[in-house]
Amino acid sequence: MSGHESTYVPKTGVEKWLDSRLPIVRFGADYLSLPTPKNLNYWYTFGAILSICLVVQIVTGIFLAMHYQPNTEMAFASVERIMRDVNGGWLIRYVHSNGASMFFVAVYIHMLRGLYYGSYKAPREMIWILGCIIFFLMIATAFLGYVLPWGQMSYWGAEVITNLVGAIPLIGEPILIWLRGGPAIDNATLNRFFSLHYLLPFVIFGVVVLHLWALHTAGQNNPVGILIPKDREKKDTVPFHPYYTVKDGFALILFLMMFAVFVFFMPNALGHADNYIPANPLVTPAHIVPEWYMLPFYAILRAIPDKFGGVVAMFAAIGILFVLPWLDTSKVRSMRYRPTMKIFYALFVLNGLLLGWCGAQLPDAAVVPGMPSFTLIDGQLNSYLWLTRLSTLYYFAFFVVVLPLVGLRETPLKIPLSISEPVLKGPDAMSGAVPASAEKKG
Amino acid sequence: MTQFLHKAMPLRKIAVAVLAFATLSSPAFAAGEAKHPRSGGFSFESPFGTHDQAQLQRGYKVYREVCSVCHSMDLLSFRTLGERGGPFYDSHAASPAENRFVRAIAAEAQIADIDTETGEPIMRPGIAADRFPSPWPNRTAGAAANGGAYPPDLSVMTKARAGGADYIYSLLSGYVDPPAGLRVGVGQYYNPYMAGDMTPFWDGDPDKVPYGGFIAMPPVLSDGQVTFDDGTVASVDQMAKDVAAFISWASDPRATERKQTGMGVLAFLAIFAGLTYASYRKIWKNVAH
Repeated sequence: MSGHESTYVPKTGVEKWLDSRLPIVRFGADYLSLPTPKNLNYWYTFGAILSICLVVQIVTGIFLAMHYQPNTEMAFASVERIMRDVNGGWLIRYVHSNGASMFFVAVYIHMLRGLYYGSYKAPREMIWILGCIIFFLMIATAFLGYVLPWGQMSYWGAEVITNLVGAIPLIGEPILIWLRGGPAIDNATLNRFFSLHYLLPFVIFGVVVLHLWALHTAGQNNPVGILIPKDREKKDTVPFHPYYTVKDGFALILFLMMFAVFVFFMPNALGHADNYIPANPLVTPAHIVPEWYMLPFYAILRAIPDKFGGVVAMFAAIGILFVLPWLDTSKVRSMRYRPTMKIFYALFVLNGLLLGWCGAQLPDAAVVPGMPSFTLIDGQLNSYLWLTRLSTLYYFAFFVVVLPLVGLRETPLKIPLSISEPVLKGPDAMSGAVPASAEKKG
Repeated sequence: MTQFLHKAMPLRKIAVAVLAFATLSSPAFAAGEAKHPRSGGFSFESPFGTHDQAQLQRGYKVYREVCSVCHSMDLLSFRTLGERGGPFYDSHAASPAENRFVRAIAAEAQIADIDTETGEPIMRPGIAADRFPSPWPNRTAGAAANGGAYPPDLSVMTKARAGGADYIYSLLSGYVDPPAGLRVGVGQYYNPYMAGDMTPFWDGDPDKVPYGGFIAMPPVLSDGQVTFDDGTVASVDQMAKDVAAFISWASDPRATERKQTGMGVLAFLAIFAGLTYASYRKIWKNVAH
């Protein structure tokens, strides 16, 4: 936490020698003794879970790279060879492929938690922005990785996504050729995608270090959303270890159990069957769909009739997250005390799921089969095209209309003066302000 | 009262949104759909389920005598047949490569190789380490002999089709005469379980477009075509089921090992979770939170 004084005292001669040259032990000790708000709930455990997800992906990925062949003639068979003939290869590969999905489950929960408790507001803007960079890098890494098995969805997914670059006016075409390493997706593309897929996780790792650095500088947010005054630090915080190592650890094990159910009992449930068909540039799959975690953004891409407009909208959907701290006008961090905002938040979550659902449907298909409909501009009203557009509209409206306006117009509930106040008095205590004298005793 | 209205309105909005979302879970399109595969009642589908070795052996025989005439299984090695859980696993064999069934099966195959002295191309009997030989010298030859449609490789077929083994079983045993009003092209066969859209070929009621699609593979199985060594009656249904089981095993030979490992992993994690939760309760006992 900010201004947290180091309590580490080097004991042995070696520790003293090292501490005056490279205080790395002090760094670790301070991390573990970090005063942490004592009211963090289980939604706050996903940060620790995500760091484990990243390590799992990097470790399994390093072993996969020892056996994988980044060559269009051999890639598909080499992945299958890993699962058939490499010792424990099936485990490593399925952990890696399902690990990507688990990573995104955790990151979406982590981001929505940040959104709910206002973890992006001053003084934590940098934590949020670095998190957005990590999220963007994760999407890029996952996309590159999905191309590597060189199945039908790998190939055609790469085709669709790299083509987006070609939509940029004037400079799009040359950039596209540069990106693919040729006029079409081929061996050169697969090689560079493999190289970048190996590189980006380490870039993510670096940004995660910055993310934690910013977190430890600005201090951990908490469900009440108030800053902890210096004089209350003893009362309202507990050392990170053992209090949160054990809580995060428990949540992590539950998360790993869900992870294990996918890896061991339905390892292909989250993927598309077409990706077990070797890539064939001459046969287009019936429906090209990305992995589930990209579906909301894919839906936004398709909602815009103009190709370049779609690309802009898709990137804007991620880009807008970066300026979120300045779009929210409310001084109150936690939505616990923002009843109106809470409803718009719930709608935002449902809308996100709806966008994901729309991303997996054919745009022309009827939403409610058999319901009478009419043509609105360029498509039937009763079609996923228009549902996606409405949903996209709410996605952006939430950021540019709802967040600024509700923050100015709402009347938030009374905010407790300290963390231990609602903790000690139960939920009833939240509504009334407690006299300063009572607070001191409490 | 005003406060009540203020609260009630958004609640109704949420209810509408939830309802709208729930109604969306119906299938997106009716026409152009394949019939939902029938269940083959496979032993290996449950979390604890394993492959029935007798069924895998029958399935291998169907593949060997019927499917392998056109379909390759490039990713399969003969030795894989003798691995634990495989059709010809023998606990007495020191390794799959020394398994007598595997050696006999491999030796039946002729493998293209070169003479190590002269470099001349030769054909030699297979060994356990060899891959299943392809029926075609190359992909183009396979396509040319089959009206332009290359018979797909079956190595990972149950992973490559939604529905898995049930789909293979349903497709192979599901050929029916095309309904009146459906125009079937030359060299094509109608199958209700095949993916496709029959709308352009349908002359009947546009609201009653038949399920399924066209497939270039004729109905290849006929009753009694294969003689099963264990005396099982070789009905089309039985053969389709057995070969689907074999292809399912071949697509993921580690599936049984995977599920058994999973049980151990989950049991371990459950105990670990219990211990960690107990530690959590103990550590936090004196902290109000």
